[in-house]
Amino acid sequence: MVNLPLFIILPFGVAFFIPMVSRKFKWVPDVLGNITTFILLLLSLMTLNQEHVYHIGGWRAPFGIVLVLDGLSCLLLVIINLISFMSSLFSIEYLEKRYTSKLRYYSLFLLMVGGMNGTVLSGDLFNLFVFMEIASIASYALVGFGCEARELEASFKYLVMGNVGSLFVLYAVALLYGKTGTLNMADVARILKDIPYDNLIAFSFVLIISGFMIKSALVPFHAWLPDAHPSAPAPISAMLSGVVIKALGVYVVIRLIFNLFGFNHIISNILVYMGITSMIIGVCLAILQWDLKRLLAYHSISQMGYVFCGIGLGTTLGILGGIFHLFNHSLFKSLLFLDSGSIEYETETRDLNKMGLLYKKMPITSFSTLVASMSISGIPPFNGFWSKFIIILASIKAGRPIVALWAVIGSILTLSSFTKVCRYSIYGKGEKFDKEKWEKLKEVPDFMSIPLIILSILCIFTGLLLIGLENGIFGPVIDVLKGGVLEYINKVLGD
Amino acid sequence: MKNNEEKGMSLIVKTVTRWLKGFIFLFGAYIVVFGHLSPGGGFPGGVVFAATFILLTLAFGREYALRKIGKILASELDSLGAILFLILASLGIYFTGIFFSNFIEKFHPSGNFKLFSAGIIPLCNISIGMKVGASLFMIFIILSVVRVIFEDGKGKLITTEKKDKK
Repeated sequence: MVNLPLFIILPFGVAFFIPMVSRKFKWVPDVLGNITTFILLLLSLMTLNQEHVYHIGGWRAPFGIVLVLDGLSCLLLVIINLISFMSSLFSIEYLEKRYTSKLRYYSLFLLMVGGMNGTVLSGDLFNLFVFMEIASIASYALVGFGCEARELEASFKYLVMGNVGSLFVLYAVALLYGKTGTLNMADVARILKDIPYDNLIAFSFVLIISGFMIKSALVPFHAWLPDAHPSAPAPISAMLSGVVIKALGVYVVIRLIFNLFGFNHIISNILVYMGITSMIIGVCLAILQWDLKRLLAYHSISQMGYVFCGIGLGTTLGILGGIFHLFNHSLFKSLLFLDSGSIEYETETRDLNKMGLLYKKMPITSFSTLVASMSISGIPPFNGFWSKFIIILASIKAGRPIVALWAVIGSILTLSSFTKVCRYSIYGKGEKFDKEKWEKLKEVPDFMSIPLIILSILCIFTGLLLIGLENGIFGPVIDVLKGGVLEYINKVLGD
Repeated sequence: MKNNEEKGMSLIVKTVTRWLKGFIFLFGAYIVVFGHLSPGGGFPGGVVFAATFILLTLAFGREYALRKIGKILASELDSLGAILFLILASLGIYFTGIFFSNFIEKFHPSGNFKLFSAGIIPLCNISIGMKVGASLFMIFIILSVVRVIFEDGKGKLITTEKKDKK
């Protein structure tokens, strides 16, 4: 059995240890950062298919803070630590060229990872808020890491929007505490189940869900994302798009809806319609972009729409599709952002018009970009196809063919926008293509190409995880969500 | 010393600050150490620690305060506080098998070392006080050092530190 607090102790401890020693030893941040994320990845793989409730300080559930490990948090832990290991591996060489302070970078990076690990493990509303703030504040700083005008502006915008979200959450937590007298999520759920539903509960529900939806950047709340994600260094963009919007946004929203407030028909409709709006608006805005990273950022909004659509359907198949798409999106979107990072590293531009013919000079980057593009647009053997297919199938089975129609339209638009990416950057050339610069291009260093290769292989083969459908590897996750409020209460407070 | 007299605020403020700084620091230490028995604790005590140095900065100028506690020292105290807190919490795993458990013997009437009457809580308070004091002071210094300048319509962050050294 893995000691659950290790997921929090390890990143925080190393994050504060790095600034103490690395003024003397320059190699410390690279080595320690990567070893830590690797150990965290191993630990998270060891938690697979386990359930555990950890009482911090030995205090029993409603009185003390609990860490809850179940199927859903397990999946999120694996995603967070896998992508963070890939990103930190990528950072070794990437940061050498343009950025200076590796000490601060790794310190903030590990704070962000620790905050997210804490968020997905916490079984306590206020603790969840604190961990979310740790991760968010570290990510505000990392977005503005380049310290140039655009990056600072994006970081400030992200900070303002993020803090509005956090304030909503804090206010809602305070209201819920006033209503129920407890902060333990299972205990809040137990009390809310017994008292009559009134306006205060509805108000705090709306506040807390919109607060976390700002973090997950669904369409009415998406304005910060297209600025923040492209401005960060590429490994951080991969973390933000691949993990942060899921761990701080989607995970908490579905955890609160399914395990605390209870899922019903109205909430289902809200989630599905918000999902449809973001998947269509996100992809329409993405097609218009010529900045590669900005285009990818808009796609994050659109793909989060698919996740919400699938989960919002509420059927077993729908939840399976949504969860699987969440997993797949973290793989291919972080791969795409790392690719954009390597392209930027070599060509020093993000404008699609200035690129061209990269497949001759950068074979690994081009190949992995192609794999990820096909995954995200849903071409059959790749993982993105299976999850979108399940979502579409689930919506037809649930008697909502309109949802399926919009999902197909969104998918076609995604395909067209990634055709544009491949056409201008890899196989064709843009209008401002610079031949002299192109002659000097070469493949990125090894440490940058290893994560690209690993993630491409994962993108090709993770479609196999679907074997067994709802009884397969995602079974425990579906059980957590389908079990609803009662099972969560029994798990945390029972025995 | 003459140089110092010209910087900062008026003579009255400087004199009062010189008298009071020790007491304010002591009050911070009091709040931290008695946090487990009376209102207070690591965070408020740390804020008072930071307030001492912020008062010094306001009265005498930044260099004077930075001579008392350097930037690197402050940053290291900040990290050290956090690490001490984590180590205290993790020692619980070593002694009792539970994270954050209170493994030091609690007070009973015949006990002899009364500072630890609440187990690890005073120790936690001290480490939090270190962390909060150092990091709040650092935030204040950073805010006073960093400027945004505009060149060719583009904003840019610079530090005004080097100018001061000249």
